[in-house]
Amino acid sequence: MRWRRLTRNRLSFGALCVILAITLASLLAPWLAPYDPDDPDAEATLVSVSLRHPLGTDVYGRDQLSRLIHAGRVDLLVALSATAIALTLGSALGAGAGYRGGWVDQLVMRGVDAVMAFPAFILAMAITAALGNSIANVVAAIAITHVPIYTRLIRGEMLRIRETEYAEAARTVGSRPHQIVLFHLLPNCVPPLVVQATLAMGFAILTVAALSFIGLGIQPPQSEWGQMTAEGAGYVVSGEWWLVLFPGFAIMLTVLAFNLVGDTLRDLLDPRMRGVR
Amino acid sequence: MGFGRYVLQRLLLVIPTLIGVTLIAFTLTYLLPGNPALVKAGALATPEHVAEIERRMGLDRPVPVQYWRYVTGLLRGDLGESSSTGRPVLEDFRQRIPATLELTLASLVVAVAIGIPFGVLSAVHRDSALDHLSRLLGVGGVAMPSFWTGLLLLYVFFYLLGVAPAPLGRIAADVTPPTRILGLYVVDAFLTANARALVSSLHHLMLPALTLGFAVMAPLTRMVRATMLEILESDYVTAAWAAGLPRRQVIYGDALRNALIPVITLLGVIFGFLMAGNVVVEMVFAWPGLGHYAVTSLMTKDPGPIQSFVLFVAVMYVFVNLGVDLLYGLADPRIRLR
Repeated sequence: MRWRRLTRNRLSFGALCVILAITLASLLAPWLAPYDPDDPDAEATLVSVSLRHPLGTDVYGRDQLSRLIHAGRVDLLVALSATAIALTLGSALGAGAGYRGGWVDQLVMRGVDAVMAFPAFILAMAITAALGNSIANVVAAIAITHVPIYTRLIRGEMLRIRETEYAEAARTVGSRPHQIVLFHLLPNCVPPLVVQATLAMGFAILTVAALSFIGLGIQPPQSEWGQMTAEGAGYVVSGEWWLVLFPGFAIMLTVLAFNLVGDTLRDLLDPRMRGVR
Repeated sequence: MGFGRYVLQRLLLVIPTLIGVTLIAFTLTYLLPGNPALVKAGALATPEHVAEIERRMGLDRPVPVQYWRYVTGLLRGDLGESSSTGRPVLEDFRQRIPATLELTLASLVVAVAIGIPFGVLSAVHRDSALDHLSRLLGVGGVAMPSFWTGLLLLYVFFYLLGVAPAPLGRIAADVTPPTRILGLYVVDAFLTANARALVSSLHHLMLPALTLGFAVMAPLTRMVRATMLEILESDYVTAAWAAGLPRRQVIYGDALRNALIPVITLLGVIFGFLMAGNVVVEMVFAWPGLGHYAVTSLMTKDPGPIQSFVLFVAVMYVFVNLGVDLLYGLADPRIRLR
């Protein structure tokens, strides 16, 4: 048992390092990338993995390593902004619904039900299709599909803690509802929120990538991991494997890292969930 | 609460959800920028022409009226028209549903046939190499984008080994599709004893079904493993051991049967996974199903089919979840009390 916990922590430590490394690489992309990601090179098209181009080049001779590093910025930025927006909006709605109850609760929860009646990816597809392809719209689409996660979580927590003694005490000394929610109740919801947000990052990255893969998300020439995979897809049948292997691997690695860290955080922060898996 | 009342209560809950779903779909289709009349009229249309189309489509009417017309249209089976094929979307759908259904069912078979035994075995042989492998696949399966899995499989089985066909649809170009009975090529070919079509359609189905099945397998394996572990440690299983019942009967008779009940709750999640996965996998393998149709029409600036597709999937999803709840209520009477 102890051995298992140790490897598990070592694994999630590794995952945390992966997240940090990818974040750092994204921040430092202009300095780290060996070439300009959009710079074609007619002399070196479809070059396989080599010393000059560690991850090969595409049909225009663009260096895939440079594109991969720059693409990571978009993926992380989109996932992070979508998660931040969904978390804020979802928590606000959940807090209002849970604390006020009554018709506010009914209205919010029916809305949440309606959004959740769609499979998340399918709804994100519809929203991007309706709003048009742009980074902001992809962020909006993913944020909307993620709002219910936080709303349900916070509403549940609110229902549980609004009748506790300290909430009662705050009411007795005359704090106003928004003060009670903001300063007394919401801080108690932070641990489960962190867990959900970490796990949601993985989903968000998968969604951006899949949207871009089917041509609905990030548009060329801006590189993004899913969109890079899509550009390489046609070359798999003629054997140019590097165009697909690396961007897909980057997606998997990042999602895996967020999922592992999320799982460990859940074990650490939410004792009720311990031993469930 | 009796089962009858539970069913009724659950059915009534579907109504507000469906209203919500149509409201969202309506908003996405009609209220957002990208005036459908403008799209329909084309780039060269004069403002008068656009206004005329708007009038004909009822876009100049108040929003609630438009919504009412939209919903009554849906109830009549009017999903709009596709400007790229020039036919009613419903008709295009009908033609493509079998392809999607065939892929979905085949993936489900793959996921169940591999995922459930895998989950059971890794629970029974906890901490064995097999258990570690299953957990690795579980964690990896969730993190791998299915388009990537599909492309990797293509590279290995088509390009390197040459045992899979090119990703160009449901059947080889030189093989005539089987006589249509259900529209599922594999089933139709089997029923009409068309060996050539059967082999070719199975051959084409192989990689897409494996790709999608793999994506769905992970949650299934995890769930089966977790519930199986829980059950194997429960009192009645201990009692069964103590009574000296044969190992096989305890594990595969009593424990497994009970472990499969919670799997019912996963069916909704799995359906969502399958629908999302379908879109992507159909694009990778040029599989002529609903997702492929919706996405390709979008590329020709035709938003109609994608919105109808989304609505179609959402309505199916609502009913799948209803079915899941009812099945679960039937299998586990305690649920009805909540």
